[in-house]
Amino acid sequence: ADIISTVEFNYSGDLLATGDKGGRVVIFQREQENKSRPHSRGEYNVYSTFQSHEPEFDYLKSLEIEEKINKIRWLPQQNAAHFLLSTNDKTIKLWKISERDKRAEGYNLKDEDGRLRDPFRITALRVPILKPMDLMVEASPRRIFANAHTYHINSISVNSDHETYLSADDLRINLWHLEITDRSFNIVDIKPANMEELTEVITAAEFHPHHCNVFVYSSSKGTIRLCDMRSSALCDRHSKFFEEPEDPSSRSFFSEIISSISDVKFSHSGRYMMTRDYLSVKVWDLNMENRPVETYQVHEYLRSKLCSLYENDCIFDKFECCWNGPDAIMTGSYNNFFRMFDRSTRRDITLEASRESSKPRAVLKPRKVCTGGKRKKDEISVDSLDFNKKILHTAWHPVENIIAVAATNNLYIFQDKIN
Amino acid sequence: QDMQDKETVTPERAEEAKLKAKYPNLGQKPGGSDFLMKRLQKGQKYFDSGDYNMAKAKMKNKQLPSAGPDKNLVTGDHIPTPQDLPQRKSSLVTSKLAG
Repeated sequence: ADIISTVEFNYSGDLLATGDKGGRVVIFQREQENKSRPHSRGEYNVYSTFQSHEPEFDYLKSLEIEEKINKIRWLPQQNAAHFLLSTNDKTIKLWKISERDKRAEGYNLKDEDGRLRDPFRITALRVPILKPMDLMVEASPRRIFANAHTYHINSISVNSDHETYLSADDLRINLWHLEITDRSFNIVDIKPANMEELTEVITAAEFHPHHCNVFVYSSSKGTIRLCDMRSSALCDRHSKFFEEPEDPSSRSFFSEIISSISDVKFSHSGRYMMTRDYLSVKVWDLNMENRPVETYQVHEYLRSKLCSLYENDCIFDKFECCWNGPDAIMTGSYNNFFRMFDRSTRRDITLEASRESSKPRAVLKPRKVCTGGKRKKDEISVDSLDFNKKILHTAWHPVENIIAVAATNNLYIFQDKIN
Repeated sequence: QDMQDKETVTPERAEEAKLKAKYPNLGQKPGGSDFLMKRLQKGQKYFDSGDYNMAKAKMKNKQLPSAGPDKNLVTGDHIPTPQDLPQRKSSLVTSKLAG
């Protein structure tokens, strides 16, 4: 029930939000530098916990609606309060997280414990004064965006205009205004008139980081479409279509399944985007549609295990990926392993997020999977990998080398060792 | 040259052969509409809201009255009660391996 289903840093990196299968959101805050506790700088502690979504029942279809949080996206900070969007399969909610550290005392009409004072007893007027109190962090739902999705929401993305956002389900993408909950514009609809003709579904969508009229969405067939909202109200016709040509001789039963894109993320510059499919991460230049500019193998050794991965459903696992500036990318794998790739040096590393392998403040040891032949000491063979220990969600601090890795129901926060 | 190409089987093709050997009735189009339809309909389906509420109550309260020593045996001379009947399986979820 406490399986973490999404992890997201806010724009400054001071806050880290996680959503779980039980519909709860837990926000961590980075400790400020403190001379009396020098080691606590950079540690994240729980800041706020709240129940974002509850399980619901769709009476019309007799279907249960899971409370699992699929995605959390922070809004850029505009005042003292923090805002985030959290979504389950059907409903998106805007939450306000605010601090209260002062309390008014000395009301005229009520006592300190809230009871109304007897009007006849009031003989003098006083001005209430603000007194400091223990910090209280409150989360309150400010907007509820419901009933706009027939299918299951897989993505939300805040626009660079800071006024609108998109939500995508398997077949449609809707555009919302953050202030308006009773109306939503449909901007992509790939539902065929005859459902028998359905060949692909939308798997992820994201707004361009700078151009508020541009967004992309990925599909279960390994394609990405870039759309421009200026061209038409309904963006069913893409402006750009990204697809890597497939070698027809290597096509197999699994080809389409493993090409399904599970995540798409623009680079901070907006010049590139990264996609994650089952076995690899690809970096695309927005100016080149016919193939990615870089491909990184995450766990190529799984290609010879596809039969059993299909039988145990692991082949359908949806891994996310994230950027660190323009230079590095990170994504998860099985056995609590996660991988980082350096784009400039082309080096990669495999690390493990587990209690046994990470003592606090100890340096993580690189891991290696033995793909064949003699297994060296410290290597792990493909058959010994635990496919129940999957790292689907990872996040990188926007500025510093701090990463958050969700391993089932545990959250790991790693940072670069400062020498 | 041609003979050699036919003999080298990619790992993916080898895995595909393994799967087809295990499940000969597997459909030709894995990305076809049946497959996607099952994906679209995620989430457990209940017969109605009463069924849903019963299931939730059962999860909370595990102590339901049992029918008797032979819970699983429903024979002709024993009038079955709702508790005796086997748990109704979800009717729409068929294995993707059945093709």
